Amino acid sequence: MSDNIRFVQGNEACVEGALYAGLEFFAGYPITPSTEIAEQLSSRLPKIGGKFIQMEDEIASMCAIVGASLTGRKVMTATSGPGFSLKQEALGYAIMAEIPCVIVNVQRGGPSTGIPTHVHQGDVNQARWGTHGDHAIIVFTASNHQDVFAMTVEAFNIAETYRTPVVLLFDEVVGHMRERLVLPQPGEIPIVERLRTSVPQGVNYHPYLPREDGRLPMSDFGAFHRYNVTGLFHDMWGFPSDDHEVVHDLLRHLMDKIENRTNQLAKFKEFYTEDAEVLLISYGSTARSARDLVEQRRRRGESFGLLELLTLWPFPNDLVRKKAANAKYVVVAEMNTGQVCQSVRLAVDQPERVFLANRIDGEFISPDDIHKTVRLIRGKGV
Amino acid sequence: MAVKDYIRERFFPHIWCPGCGHGIVLNGLIRAVEKLGVQKNEIVMVSGIGCSARIAGYLDFHTMHTLHGRALGFATGIKLSRPELKVIVPMGDGDALAIGGNHFIHAARRNIDMTAIVMNNRIYGMTGGQYSPLSGYGILASTAPYTSVDQSFDIVQLAAAAGATFVARTTAYHIQQMIELLQEAILHKGFSVVEVMSQCPTYFGRRNREGDAVAMLKHMQKITTPIGSKAKAEHPELIERGVFVRKELPEYCEAYDTIIRRAKEGK
Ligand SMILES: Cc1ncc(C[n+]2csc(CCOP(=O)(O)OP(=O)(O)O)c2C)c(N)n1
Ligand code: SF4
Repeated sequence: MSDNIRFVQGNEACVEGALYAGLEFFAGYPITPSTEIAEQLSSRLPKIGGKFIQMEDEIASMCAIVGASLTGRKVMTATSGPGFSLKQEALGYAIMAEIPCVIVNVQRGGPSTGIPTHVHQGDVNQARWGTHGDHAIIVFTASNHQDVFAMTVEAFNIAETYRTPVVLLFDEVVGHMRERLVLPQPGEIPIVERLRTSVPQGVNYHPYLPREDGRLPMSDFGAFHRYNVTGLFHDMWGFPSDDHEVVHDLLRHLMDKIENRTNQLAKFKEFYTEDAEVLLISYGSTARSARDLVEQRRRRGESFGLLELLTLWPFPNDLVRKKAANAKYVVVAEMNTGQVCQSVRLAVDQPERVFLANRIDGEFISPDDIHKTVRLIRGKGV
Repeated sequence: MAVKDYIRERFFPHIWCPGCGHGIVLNGLIRAVEKLGVQKNEIVMVSGIGCSARIAGYLDFHTMHTLHGRALGFATGIKLSRPELKVIVPMGDGDALAIGGNHFIHAARRNIDMTAIVMNNRIYGMTGGQYSPLSGYGILASTAPYTSVDQSFDIVQLAAAAGATFVARTTAYHIQQMIELLQEAILHKGFSVVEVMSQCPTYFGRRNREGDAVAMLKHMQKITTPIGSKAKAEHPELIERGVFVRKELPEYCEAYDTIIRRAKEGK
């Protein structure tokens, strides 16, 4: 095997992607099925002078990465279901204070302690609405290790570009499965470095005054610009404000900087979508079975296609509407009770064509499971 | 530098009630930093949520006003990431020891180099006078209309047992001692805790008939005594002031640096 080919778990692919993107600081708390990410980074980070810390819980882990990010580091934390719930308040803080960070949730079954060692995709809507208050958020996912790597790099790039938390929503099958990963050479995938202010010392720096392109250059804590950061609504200085105009404008800014870029942020893959009569829409490990089914049916001359979503939020409404326009049946395959299916129904014309093919028992959904649903829909019986 | 050089005037007027003890802590802290001659750029102040937590915004350091109870989590990330910065974490008693109690004991246990100031007014000021884990038995609060049946923590004992390597107590009345203790705490290499007994005349004082701010300050003078004083021997109920713990243990960030060295050498 050549030097840059590995046979790894998805969690390891995420670690490789994070390091490739420039990760320097990780804080976490052990939880199945994400623990391998912390274990590996505890060994890898100090080798490059980075920092790893196991905090007392997921709340503190989330807080620690946000603090470290403010000093100019690229940061990440990783967790699963219950831990993701605990991170929500501080995640909202990172949204409000516009602090770049990456949060990995390797999903397991829930609610509560649920089913730690089995697969579910039940946190899609939590990733969207887990923290309180109106807000926008970016959530990526992936179905195979090469994409786990690429989307992890993308998560860091996007977090830095838009000064925002980015959630990587993987699942137990992707996290634990082993497969080949080809490590890109340095420079092969572009890396976005933090945009730092060019305002010189002694001149007023406004940490929360967006440039014309909407971006906010940062100044590291410890550098010569001193400013205030708060989770309260704040003005361009970072000072708390309850002025209605300030509140309105900041909330609009936080929403618009993401929602206005929905199409740019919409990462996806497609297989035989052009003439698909049965269009499957899927993501994460479920997309592996969906793809397998599409290949099987194509070999039999049936026009199946697959739209695999890599961006879950902001939901790619335009993309889904366009790709689904000519399909007779749109079948959303996922391992929950229809969280993405619901969004697809809102996105497409004629939502009555949209069906759900799912599994919610912790057993990995097979191509056959999906096919059974498709047969039922087409009136073919099982 | 003059005191006003440490203040962000744009942030004023402050939110505190007249007579609030938190303003005295602000004053003492500025004087401590001024005496130490630490550069403003080298100081990061991280606070949580509460009346006390607002102290951070008023000061011209790198300041981060975070979440209720979580200041030490954010501060740990900042310190470990940039050990060369001085990190000061002012907290209310509820902030530090109710919602933030877990972070408090773990930051102390790690002996990470930062200074935690607990501004202990024995009440939740910001939310209107509910009892805190420091109120103690028999105290009136908006959520203890028949008096509280909760026992309170002893912050000094808790911090010492959790592993803090510098632990001290003073009051808003004893401003000179406060300045000296804060100076020593900021210089101390490791996790330092300074409890400052402070007054909330608006809620604690009014409900518990302790009078106005001046009366409350005088009361703090009366109920405290220097560590090991004769008065303490005669009146064991007196609360001691001074330095309770001053010891050396490996500091967390320095210890992690040795991990980095070993990891790089492959050992
Ligand atoms: C998660 C969360 N819970 C509750 C609150 C409401 N809250 C704000 S400040 C506070 C208590 C403040 O008391 P303390 O920390 O003692 O500081 P003080 O105001 O007395 O200085 C509470 C309960 C909050 N902001 N966040
Ligand atoms: S409510 Fe109490 S603690 Fe808050 S500012 Fe007023 S006096 Fe101070």
